Amino acid sequence: MTGKAVVALEAVSKAYGATRALDGIDLAVHEGELLSLLGPSGCGKTSTLNIVAGFIEPDAGRVLLDGQDVTRQPAWRRGLGVVFQSYALFPHMSVADNVAFGLRERRMGRREAEARVAEALALVRLPAAGAMRPSHLSGGMQQRVALARALVIRPRVLLLDEPLAALDRKLREEMRAELREIQRAVGITTIFVTHDQHEALGLSDRVAVMNAGRIEQLGTPREVYQRPATGFVADFIGASSALEGRAVDAGTVELAGGQRIAVRLPRPLEPGTRVRLLIRPERVEPGDGGANALPARVASVMFLGDHAEVRLELPGGARVLAVVRGTVVVEPGDRLTVTLPPDAFLEAP
Amino acid sequence: MIGRLVVLALVLFMTLPTLVVVVASFNPTAILSFPPQGLSLRWYENALTYPQFRRAALNSLIVTAASAALALPIGTAAALALVRYPVRLRGLWNTALLSPLVVPGVAAGLGLLILAARLGLLANRVVLIVAHVVLVLPFVIRSVMVSVANLDPMLERAAASLGARPWRVFRRVTLPLLRPGLFAALLFAVIVSANEFVVSLFVSTRVTEILPVAMFTYVVNYTDPTMAALSTLFVAATFAAVFLADRLLHLSRVFQIEGHR
Ligand SMILES: Nc1ncnc2c1ncn2[C@@H]1O[C@H](COP(=O)(O)OP(=O)(O)OP(=O)(O)O)[C@@H](O)[C@H]1O
Ligand SMILES: [Mg+2]
Repeated sequence: MTGKAVVALEAVSKAYGATRALDGIDLAVHEGELLSLLGPSGCGKTSTLNIVAGFIEPDAGRVLLDGQDVTRQPAWRRGLGVVFQSYALFPHMSVADNVAFGLRERRMGRREAEARVAEALALVRLPAAGAMRPSHLSGGMQQRVALARALVIRPRVLLLDEPLAALDRKLREEMRAELREIQRAVGITTIFVTHDQHEALGLSDRVAVMNAGRIEQLGTPREVYQRPATGFVADFIGASSALEGRAVDAGTVELAGGQRIAVRLPRPLEPGTRVRLLIRPERVEPGDGGANALPARVASVMFLGDHAEVRLELPGGARVLAVVRGTVVVEPGDRLTVTLPPDAFLEAP
Repeated sequence: MIGRLVVLALVLFMTLPTLVVVVASFNPTAILSFPPQGLSLRWYENALTYPQFRRAALNSLIVTAASAALALPIGTAAALALVRYPVRLRGLWNTALLSPLVVPGVAAGLGLLILAARLGLLANRVVLIVAHVVLVLPFVIRSVMVSVANLDPMLERAAASLGARPWRVFRRVTLPLLRPGLFAALLFAVIVSANEFVVSLFVSTRVTEILPVAMFTYVVNYTDPTMAALSTLFVAATFAAVFLADRLLHLSRVFQIEGHR
């Protein structure tokens, strides 16, 4: 596994004064995959990317590119493509000159460079923008130019730091899909930084969820969503409701309202201990589905078009978030029965 | 309305001395007097043919060109360092580099004179050039610092990631984007150096003296309007330089003194 890693970080740490920005990061990125670094602001995503790019040096640990130690190698030697959140297009150059920048540094002949620039601009669907100034382009177009400029040098790895954050919502969703298509088409190994879980889940082959300078969990989007390894991951990714209770036996929990529910957790519970259970809204099923059918009252409804978020109150006061299809009509105050499947629960530490 | 009158009065007050000199320079009589008794160009002729003025003008050209050529790279390096790097005691450095603005010229001139005498360089133009470099540097550093502060460091990172080594990053990205600040710095350097008088008086001889010093010497000895003619030429040249620079380089944009929007 490690032998095939294109990028590998080994025990990488970085501190700024008293702030431990990165605290022992281990990470291996495989050939052709898109790996996201996902986490809240300040968790160290950009620092990780900057260390891979060679913009900053780690205090400890190693950076490997195709098995070669590049920890002390300057950025200009690494041959990686970087796209910045602010795009960082050179304002004094035309779009074509921006894209050709890296080719000129490689002393590529004029003819060949022009062909490669045209090819790259076509790839990002801006075939006619070459003569324009970056400042005359919209945010989305600047984004594409930045991508073309990074890809045209045929980098070993593509690094993207919140590339979509500066775009408005609609454009962001379009670019997200397009980015994925381009990445697949080029087949380039990619590290993608974001604090947006939808972006990370929707784009990535694997997601590294970061918190306070550490990687909390590394796995496929499905894994980190459905089997969060830590309470932080469960909390950070996806909405979930928490239910407080006390373990009665290895697979039964008594909630604050006195209801007894069956749970199937990865590890058996210690009878008598307090437990905090998490459940995803889409796992809360309306109607009597057998085990764990509970009476509930609708506390509030948020209609969102294709679906509605319904806040339910269980006897005893616990609140549970559920999602129903938009066509289902529910009103605050309605009484209904919901089922919480035993295998739907996660345990929060 | 009142505001406009005040501004008009202020402009008049500020330009009046210059206007008086300009008018006096066309006076045909040999006495500096106002108002003039006629119209004549004889003092212009005198100013342009007086040998000591010609020599001093050449000296001015050499000293100004040399000091600008030295101050620009030095000042740019200093500006980059002051803005970019976590310099220890930044405030102190700032103050030290800008101190020529506040140290009285007499003190600076005297200090340089003593040093030059000690080193046996009294009659040497090098001392004069060094003095001008020091005097011009604060203006150069200030102008370039504005441009450096406006320069997005991500641009340099982007260039590096595309394979440009540090020198290439400087050539292809940093320097072109500092251009407005550098032009402003050059303009300041030329104007300050060309007009410098006090310090230059201390460290120049009859052979090395620059135009402002030569003008002072002349005015001490003669009272005809030649000085007024020369001053007028001087002012005209300065105005032309500023006007051209503004037209060509949009100086007002460099200093961001356009109205807020
Ligand atoms: N140059 C710096 N000087 C001092 N502290 C820094 C510097 N760069 C980053 N830090 C700190 O290191 C920590 C990690 O920063 P980093 O930029 O990597 O976070 P991030 O995950 O990218 O956050 P964001 O989502 O806000 O971009 C933060 O606490 C930040 O304040
Ligand atoms: Mg960041």
